[in-house]
Parts: sequence; structure tokens; C-alpha cells
Amino acid sequence: MTFSYYPGCTLKTKAKDLDRYARSAAAALGVEMAELPEWQCCGAVYPQAKDEIATKLSAVRALMAARDEGRELLTLCSACHHVIKRVNHDMVSDENIRTKVNNYLKPEVPYTGETKVIHYLEMLRDTVGFDELAKRVTRPLKGRRIAAYYGCMLLRPGNVMGFDDPENPRIMEDFIRAIGAEPVVIAYRNECCGGYMTLENRALAQKKATTVVDAAASAGADTIVTACPLCQYNLDVNAVGERVPVLYFTELLAEALGVKEAEA
Amino acid sequence: MSFEEKEMAENIKRISGVNPRKCMKCGKCSGTCPAYEEMDYHPHEFVAMVEKGRIDELLASKSIWTCLSCFACVERCPRSVEPAKLIEAVRLEVIRAQGANHLKAVQIPELLDEKLPQQAIVSAFRKYSK
Ligand code: SF4
Ligand code: SF4
Repeated sequence: MTFSYYPGCTLKTKAKDLDRYARSAAAALGVEMAELPEWQCCGAVYPQAKDEIATKLSAVRALMAARDEGRELLTLCSACHHVIKRVNHDMVSDENIRTKVNNYLKPEVPYTGETKVIHYLEMLRDTVGFDELAKRVTRPLKGRRIAAYYGCMLLRPGNVMGFDDPENPRIMEDFIRAIGAEPVVIAYRNECCGGYMTLENRALAQKKATTVVDAAASAGADTIVTACPLCQYNLDVNAVGERVPVLYFTELLAEALGVKEAEA
Repeated sequence: MSFEEKEMAENIKRISGVNPRKCMKCGKCSGTCPAYEEMDYHPHEFVAMVEKGRIDELLASKSIWTCLSCFACVERCPRSVEPAKLIEAVRLEVIRAQGANHLKAVQIPELLDEKLPQQAIVSAFRKYSK
């Protein structure tokens, strides 16, 4: 199956690992990620106000490009996924936003939210299937105890994101099981790490990040996995005290599929 | 409440889409807010103060810069009031005024470190500048 793929700005720069391991793993699984020929930064924060139009346009352009390619839109960064999915929801449900955006962009065919936005983890669960993934694993991560950190962006608001149960998710734990490791369920896995506060109030970001990493350490996890570059940075760099390595889930996926070294 | 505050309260309700009168004052939004200790006015107070038109105090509140946009209060409010939307609308009232950006590009170089992801910078501009 082929998806239109939206990488986003951070995956081209500081979060290259999130992107390249995702690509090699997808290739091994027979999933094609066709990067959109042109895309713009999504803005990293969903603009909540109903009269914000310009800040939603880059997301709509990506959604429309995928529609014109006749494909579903695959995302990987939690923040990109959040912004694009919520803007798409606005294009379906908010007539004022839909009209203004189409008036401005003047597409040949108006965009009304037709594109399906799929996060890479959802692709693994729903397109590949975790049972099938487990069969494809050549180097199971036996003996590893891995804590999933979901953060905020993938889960909330649950009625728009539709990703998993926002208060008791399991998709990342199921993923960890599929690659042969043991999931460690930790407190704070769906509470905010404070990453957005890094530039404004680093002390607050440090405090929140430390709470999450402490929870993973005291539960005996040897690794924390995330899908968000800002969470990765915040948990890795800003947390103080006991440390647990914080990796992108795609790196462990590539490792389990035996395609990590080929990439490195 | 001054005339200006009344106008602003109406605008904040309009652009946020929030109806503060739906609030049943249970305090769950503030109870779950991860930035609670760092705030002067808390999510449930934003709801009550917008309803009463006490906007000037909110415009000067440090909470508008401290909200993490984590949407915990949105998810967990039993009345679907969605306080984060109100906080963002108050912040927009401030930064939409000319010259009122909270974060300026010249400040960025000194805030950078080697590993800082672009996402941190982009998101700060989206939240704090127009
Ligand atoms: S969105 Fe803001 S106000 Fe709401 S819980 Fe998160 S930090 Fe607190
Ligand atoms: S959680 Fe909702 S109903 Fe309860 S105080 Fe907050 S806004 Fe009001």
C-alpha cells in the first residue's frame, strides 16, 4: 500500500532518526511512503480560535495534495499529526473555516476534508496489523523493558484524534509487544511533559520532564519510546536526576526488523 | 466591568467558541492542569472571569504564557467547556495588538542549544507572536 507522506520540518533536521528508521522499516513491511513533493511546516501548534484561517492553510495544502494523489496522508511527528488531523476536522465540521479557506486557496475542486489522516502507529496497527508485524520481526527485542510515552498530541482531544482511548491507551504497548519486548506501563504516560515551555520557562519543562522520567525509572524501564521530537528532546535533555534513554519508536522497529544497520 | 471589557469578553467567547455558562464549577480542569502551580489564574477561574467580564486581570495574567496546550482540561471537563480555548483566546487578545508580541526573533539565538528541535521554536512563535 502507498501513502502520501508528510514528514514536517523537524524530521528533516533534528529528528532525522524518527524519519529514516520509519522509512527503512516501512520498506521492509511493504508499505510505500511517497513524500509529498511540496509541503510546508504545519506550525506545530493547532490554532484553536475559530477566526484563525491563515495559520491553518499549510495543513490544508498537505491534505489537498494527498487527496489529489488519491491517497491517505501518513504522518509521523505527533505535533504534525495533531495539527493536520484537527485542521482536517475543521474542514469537515466548521462551515465558516471551510468557506474561507477555499475562498482563499481557490482549488479547482474545493477541499471539504476528504483525506484520511493516518499516523504511522495507526498504519502499523490497522494496515500491517500487530500480529503480522510480530511475524515479520527477525530480531525480537527479548528482555527489553520499554515504557511508552504518549504525551498529549496523539491522544487529545479524543473525539477528534480518534487515536486510542485517551485515558487508557494501548497502541504503543501493543507495538512494544509486537517487536518482542515487554511493555512497562508508567504513570504520566499520557500527561504533558511540558516540552512547549522549553523557551518560555525551562524550569517548568524540567520539572514536568523529570516527573515522567522518574516514573519510568522507578518502574524499571530500560528505555522510553516516543513519537514526538519535542518530547524526545525534553525527556532526554531537560529531565534531571536518574536518566532513562529516550528513543523514537521507529528506531526500535527498524532494529527488530533487522534493517537498522543497513540504514546507519 | 468596563465597556471595553464587555466587548473583549464577547470577542473571546466568539473566537473561542466557549460558553462559560455551561461550567458547573467542579474544578476538574484546574485539578488536572499540569501547569497549575505556575499559574496565577487557573483554568476554572478563566471560565468564571470571562463570564463575569473580568478581562483586564486575565490580559495581565501570567497563565496565558504558561498554559502548555496539553488539552487535559479539554479532555477531562465533564461539561465540555474546553477552558484551553478560552486561555488561547485571551492570549490572542494580547498578541494581536500591534507590537505586543511576547517572543521576538532577536531573542531566539540566546535560547538555542545544539539539540533543540525546530518544533520548539516554531511552536513558541505560533503561541507567542503574531
Ligand atoms: S491546556 Fe493549559 S490550562 Fe488546560 S490543562 Fe493543559 S496546561 Fe492546563
Ligand atoms: S472542568 Fe469544566 S465544568 Fe469543571 S470547573 Fe472546569 S470548565 Fe467548569
